[in-house]
Amino acid sequence: MIKSNRFSWFLFSSPQSFYPLAGALQPWFALLAVALCAAGLYIGFFVAPTDAQQGESYRIIFIHVPAAWMSMFLYLVMGFWSGVGLVLNTRLSSMVATALAPTGALFTFIALWTGALWGKPTWGTWWVWDARLTSELILLFLYIGFMALQAAIDDPRRADKAGAVLALVGVINIPIIYFSVQWWSTLHQGASVSMKSAPTMAATMLLGMLVMALGFWMYSIAATLARVRCVILERERHTDWVAAEIGAQK
Amino acid sequence: MNWGSWQNFLAMGGYGLYVWGSYAVTLAVLVAEILALIARRRGVIERLAKFYAARRRNDETEV
Repeated sequence: MIKSNRFSWFLFSSPQSFYPLAGALQPWFALLAVALCAAGLYIGFFVAPTDAQQGESYRIIFIHVPAAWMSMFLYLVMGFWSGVGLVLNTRLSSMVATALAPTGALFTFIALWTGALWGKPTWGTWWVWDARLTSELILLFLYIGFMALQAAIDDPRRADKAGAVLALVGVINIPIIYFSVQWWSTLHQGASVSMKSAPTMAATMLLGMLVMALGFWMYSIAATLARVRCVILERERHTDWVAAEIGAQK
Repeated sequence: MNWGSWQNFLAMGGYGLYVWGSYAVTLAVLVAEILALIARRRGVIERLAKFYAARRRNDETEV
């Protein structure tokens, strides 16, 4: 029993066996991402009504909140796999962490950008140094720092370790972002996304937001799988199976 | 939500620049990432093919 359990746990933990699995799964996650985002945008623009207080400007919510969620969630996933790679010395975990960083950084940028474009009409300013916005900006710098640090170290195993330490230290920033609106007086509103209008309106707005969040989640998985396959090929190039794989591709 | 006309849809109740500015940049960023991933995969395969070809040549001259 224990033996079979171990077998399933480690079956896909080697880059060689994960590479084809990632390749097989990637198109399905991409397809799910397209379908969910299409559904989410339809709900967001054609089902969800106008907001009583903010008019149509609130429709930025359908990308702003999902992108902000993904920016934090992907960092936690990156920190988790970094930690696993650091403790268990598993190559694939570190490769997954490396592959997650650019997508996480992009969603952080999207959250900041859409936040600025939402802040201007609702608060009268693109940017303010309040706790929520500042900690989200720090998140972007953490992603960029992680990528820059790994890129600066030639030995990939040392780059993994250095990146993992940075990623794990940076995890402290995630609860700071999440609870910043409660801990400090911020211009950014609290977690209840101002859905104080009629509850029927809140339902479709919330649904659109959740469907978009699922779409972004599936997109992140698809992008990360595609990137980790590149990372695997690069880093495992001295193995026979990558040589055979490249031979089959050319 | 019935917008009535395309003009109304694009105007977004006067917030068109902010709403579409958000969606356009998001789309651009995601498309850029997808293109970068496609380019990276092509680049990796290209580079490694050269790497293996060079290694093969090396092996042949040594033997």
